[in-house]
Amino acid sequence: MTWLRALLLALCLATPVAALSPDEVLPDPVLEQRARDISAGLRCLVCQNQSIDDSDADLAKDLRVLVRERLVAGDSDEAVRQYLVDRYGEYVLLNPRVNSHTILLWVAAPGLLLAGLGTLFVVGRRRRTVNAGLSAEEQAALDELK
Amino acid sequence: MIAEFGLAALWLAAALAGLQLLGGFAGLRAGGEGLAALVRPAAVVQALLCALAFGALLLLFVRTDLSVALVAKNSHSAKPFIFKLAGAWGNHEGSMLLWVAVMALAGGLIAAVERRLPERTMLATLGAQAFVGLGFYAFLLASSNPFERLAQPPAEGMGLNPLLQDIGLALHPPTLYMGYVGLSVAFSFAVGALLTRQVTPDFAKVMRPWVLGAWIFLTLGITAGSYWAYYELGWGGWWFWDPVENASLMPWLAATALLHSASVLASRDALRTWTLLLGVVAFSMSMVGTFLVRSGILTSVHTFASDPTRGLVILALLALVIGGAFALFAFRAAALRQGGLFAPVSREGALILNNLFLATAVGAVLVGTLYPLLLDALTGTTISVGAPFFDLTFGALMAPLLLVLPFGPLLAWKRADIVGAAQRLMGAAALAIFATILISALGGVTISLAPIGLLLGFWVAFGAVAELVDRSKLGRIPLGESARRLIGLPRTAWSTAIAHFGIGITVLGIVAVSAWETELVTTLNPGESAELSGYIIAFDSFEQVPGPNYLSDEGHFTVTAPDGGTRQMMADRRTYVASGMPTTEAAIETYGFSQLYLQLGEPLDNTHVVRIWHKPYITLIWLGAILMAFAGVLSLTDRKLRVGAPRRAAKTTPQAAQ
Repeated sequence: MTWLRALLLALCLATPVAALSPDEVLPDPVLEQRARDISAGLRCLVCQNQSIDDSDADLAKDLRVLVRERLVAGDSDEAVRQYLVDRYGEYVLLNPRVNSHTILLWVAAPGLLLAGLGTLFVVGRRRRTVNAGLSAEEQAALDELK
Repeated sequence: MIAEFGLAALWLAAALAGLQLLGGFAGLRAGGEGLAALVRPAAVVQALLCALAFGALLLLFVRTDLSVALVAKNSHSAKPFIFKLAGAWGNHEGSMLLWVAVMALAGGLIAAVERRLPERTMLATLGAQAFVGLGFYAFLLASSNPFERLAQPPAEGMGLNPLLQDIGLALHPPTLYMGYVGLSVAFSFAVGALLTRQVTPDFAKVMRPWVLGAWIFLTLGITAGSYWAYYELGWGGWWFWDPVENASLMPWLAATALLHSASVLASRDALRTWTLLLGVVAFSMSMVGTFLVRSGILTSVHTFASDPTRGLVILALLALVIGGAFALFAFRAAALRQGGLFAPVSREGALILNNLFLATAVGAVLVGTLYPLLLDALTGTTISVGAPFFDLTFGALMAPLLLVLPFGPLLAWKRADIVGAAQRLMGAAALAIFATILISALGGVTISLAPIGLLLGFWVAFGAVAELVDRSKLGRIPLGESARRLIGLPRTAWSTAIAHFGIGITVLGIVAVSAWETELVTTLNPGESAELSGYIIAFDSFEQVPGPNYLSDEGHFTVTAPDGGTRQMMADRRTYVASGMPTTEAAIETYGFSQLYLQLGEPLDNTHVVRIWHKPYITLIWLGAILMAFAGVLSLTDRKLRVGAPRRAAKTTPQAAQ
């Protein structure tokens, strides 16, 4: 079914601008690495589930340049992200921040695991008590055999 | 005529599915024998009719019959033959017909050959299969008719999306569908067993090859999809946590869990209810995946709402099938007798732990995939849940699973000695620690999680080998004797070891490429060269060449490896004539297990943008998966888990009757 994904990607490719090109790269390698790391966590808004670091779309290029401008201006990583969230909303973050809208998302996996462990514990205990001893009836039957 | 013939065959098949459903349920009541006798023939004829319908569609595509809407929309007379064929299922309607056809063939196969279960259970199973089938026939005939004619045929077709004109992708959907359909069979068996309350080891043995077959196809399908994305999409990523990928990962995870719990049911007659539940869940995940991909809901909740016909039909189908099955489960599960008993520390216990983590992983991926859709629909808030979230959640669930994995096969059924198992794994643990330290020292710790990942990968891989070493008593008895024992081991023991080894290998590949991948983005002119990770890449020439249905800009490179050997590489950019759409074809060279990945970008100020990646040990990711699939095939051929296979006499004292 990857073909559907490809189709959606194709929409991004409609304007043939390449992903990260040499003219965007910052001269400072430390700053550039920070830009790459931030870019990988930002969504290309016109694409299907691609980060701006991977995307060929014009908008992704603009955002990549914007991220680098903010970094050069001295912003912290978090400040750059906030800057983009202020303009494009939480939607731009591929890793959603914990807030009232996303709390259920974040607790889902640990919650499921705990629920599963709890169920196992309860079922295990019930089984042990069920099988722990003989009922009075069974005991009587056993005594008779002795 | 061909299109009308195909459509007629489809309608007849749907009618037979109705008959099969009625017959199946008549078979559950006294006096329904007359109708019940029709169930097996109905399934077989239905399979033939569906095969004919799909054959008709293939023929239409081969002939490029442009009076058929689907052909006009997805094909082109200048397309290579293989892609004309692939065009038949590279679209919504065709792929749904393929699904229905494969499902009918599976049903026909069971009806024709499966005689090991009580006939009532078989009738209920085939009835359930027909029920699911009917839903898909309804969907196909009501909202996705692949044989629709056009009043005014166009002069030329619109062509298949160029990205899809690729052999890997041509085979990708059929492979996944085999997997989904295999799970539908497992689902039908589970429903059949629930209806007749006959959940026995024989039931697990009959269901197992279908689950295993589905699992093998899903493994291969996901692997092929991943490799396709890697070389075709042009930036060398191999997994994106895209909802469409998650749609195939969730059934795979559920099938993996089901495979393990079915083995407990087949060998120890335990985990009856849980196995049935997983059978229902595994297919439900396939259905959810189909819904996600087919309804258009992924693009936007709003496009889904504006044209909801298809989506709503699948949603209704989903609710009916899954809801019905869960209701039946809730109604009947309590009536199932508890199976064999076991202590918490035992092979059964280990497999339950495996199931717990896998089931939680299914849940986590499902929530992560659906959450943004639900949030948008309910509150209008849009958020993204992407790779960073899934990496974290999925990774955190897989790490403990990998940590306990090597213990499982070393534990005895019923009651096991954990200290003994730990002692037998000491060698594997020591080797894993040594290898991790060595590689971390050589490669440098670029990301802090890399050593933990390496340790887990090596631990799982060496642990799998340790099991074979242990069972062959290598080093404790003469070598020849050990070899004989090794050869004499049951195939399931081999397949367990190979599959687990494969997981270790995949983990190692993932860690290596995440931690030590290098990348260079630069501009080059013919005659210039660049250097990356010891490889020297010389740009020899650039030329424009016409292809069969595209124009190609080719860049020719000579790569000198660190060992001095040279190889030619060619990366190109294509512009397809029919759609004017550009694609990039990356050049990939494999050195050992590592790959050099080269992509020719757009021209920039009269030079060429060239992107080069060195991806260390990346092929291990797919090799591990292929090992897993191979292990599945090996396990499929084991005689031990066949119905009627001689059972070893129980060594323990007989259990009291429950």
